[in-house]
Amino acid sequence: MNVLTFDHVSCRYPGQGTDIVDRLSFEVKPGSFHCILGVSGCGKSTLFRMISGLMSPEKGSIYVNGKPVCGHGSYCGYMPQKDMLFPWRSVGENLALPLEIQRKLGKKEQRQQVEAALAEVGLAGCADKRPDELSGGMRQRAAFARTMLTGSDLLLLDEPFSALDFLTRISMQEWLLAQWRKTDKTILFITHDVEEALFLSSSVLVVEHTPIRALREIPVPMDFPRSRKDLARPEIIDLREELIGMLRKQVAE
Amino acid sequence: MKKANRGNLPAMILLFFLMVLWQLGAMKINAAYILPSPLQILSRLWELRQVLFTVHLPATMGVTALGLAISVVLGVLLALVMDASPLCRKTLYPLVVASQTIPTTAIAPLFVLWFGYGIWSKVLVTVLITFFPITITVYDGLQSARIEMAELLLSYGATGRDVFFKIKVPCTLPYFFSAIKMAVPLSIIGAAIGEWLGAQSGLGYFSRRMMTQLDGAGVFAPIVLLSAVAMLAVAVISVVEKKVVRWRGEI
Ligand SMILES: Nc1ncnc2c1ncn2[C@@H]1O[C@H](COP(=O)(O)OP(=O)(O)O)[C@@H](O)[C@H]1O
Ligand SMILES: [Mg+2]
Repeated sequence: MNVLTFDHVSCRYPGQGTDIVDRLSFEVKPGSFHCILGVSGCGKSTLFRMISGLMSPEKGSIYVNGKPVCGHGSYCGYMPQKDMLFPWRSVGENLALPLEIQRKLGKKEQRQQVEAALAEVGLAGCADKRPDELSGGMRQRAAFARTMLTGSDLLLLDEPFSALDFLTRISMQEWLLAQWRKTDKTILFITHDVEEALFLSSSVLVVEHTPIRALREIPVPMDFPRSRKDLARPEIIDLREELIGMLRKQVAE
Repeated sequence: MKKANRGNLPAMILLFFLMVLWQLGAMKINAAYILPSPLQILSRLWELRQVLFTVHLPATMGVTALGLAISVVLGVLLALVMDASPLCRKTLYPLVVASQTIPTTAIAPLFVLWFGYGIWSKVLVTVLITFFPITITVYDGLQSARIEMAELLLSYGATGRDVFFKIKVPCTLPYFFSAIKMAVPLSIIGAAIGEWLGAQSGLGYFSRRMMTQLDGAGVFAPIVLLSAVAMLAVAVISVVEKKVVRWRGEI
């Protein structure tokens, strides 16, 4: 079964003349890692807002694990564009948020899960720190750990690394791939950075037009585990140029 | 704490020099019924301590406490309603602002006419002066909660209740404390004005009685007492605030 299905989905923001998504259909297979690539403002975040139930499509349906998305609910692990660590909560308390809301575990078990999740992302011992004591990369890892604690097997990551400096960003990309390979989660990752999309995804989903009528699936011919050196292979460089060309065409439109 | 004290030092020195200047000026003019010196005021405060502390301070504090409590409840309720519904905001906000253009001191005698010389006319003056900054500040606090934060929780399956207690309340808390720190001195002023205009007890009433007796130091003594109480109350609230709010600033 597909983790995610879009079935002829249309949507528009109130007060706007045209749809931002127009009869879009696509499917996502379990365990895959796709990057959604498109220029700024083309509607990528809007797709995530619909999948997480924050916005309802006007027409069509969205299914997560076969269940229709309808109204607010916990359909997936959504990590928004900003890390959104609440400054009045410690790092540990921030991670506990999804658990608190699910109300399935007692305080002690929550704490154990949080400690385990922090250790998993290399932040063991940071539970009692304030978020502003963490560096940019550490904050993103904490936010990722919080997303993992939702327990969803579909993770939606919205440009999580775009605010990081270059070196932190590439090490976070490697780190994320390693995390993904450890689990059987499905990851959708929004980016407007072509290299990032190529390095991370098994296939790139390109947004070519707004309104979004289709996502063009472009497989990346690289095996996992990957290293950054693979990006220098001639077929990857060609692919990169092709993708840049597609984005440029959209900017020109 | 040490650092804060050192930060206050220049202000303290200036205050001290102004006091000395006042003392010298008052001694030179030598007309205590118009301009009593700080030392005269303090000694009058000491002479009057019995009646001030046992009769008039409790009366004023009663009005202040009641007025402040009503203002906090009213202000927070109004803020919540305006935050919850744009229609209520559009309806109430202009009225709340307009209420501040009422010249309270001018119409306060009317309150005495309506409610008599009892406590309620003074409480009304206090509330009218105090509820406004609470409403506006708490409303700003509620509005400072970012929609993206709420959306994050909603994507975890949160209810409106979760969003309120896990985001709105913590976002509003620093604003709430600012509001209370503004409201305490205002409510004391409100109570004193109310008493000044018509009462049988209270520091405002006492100050006025001393005025009719041309006792300058006696006019000032209750005012000094009121200021001291206000400063003390704000200091206590600041201590509580430091304990409760461990963050401030950018979200
Ligand atoms: N709340 C909103 N109301 C109206 N228009 C919006 C709103 N949010 C986004 N948009 C519009 O939708 C378009 C797509 O937004 P978004 O999905 O955030 O783009 P992306 O994530 O690809 O940069 C933007 O051009 C923006 O103008
Ligand atoms: Mg976006």
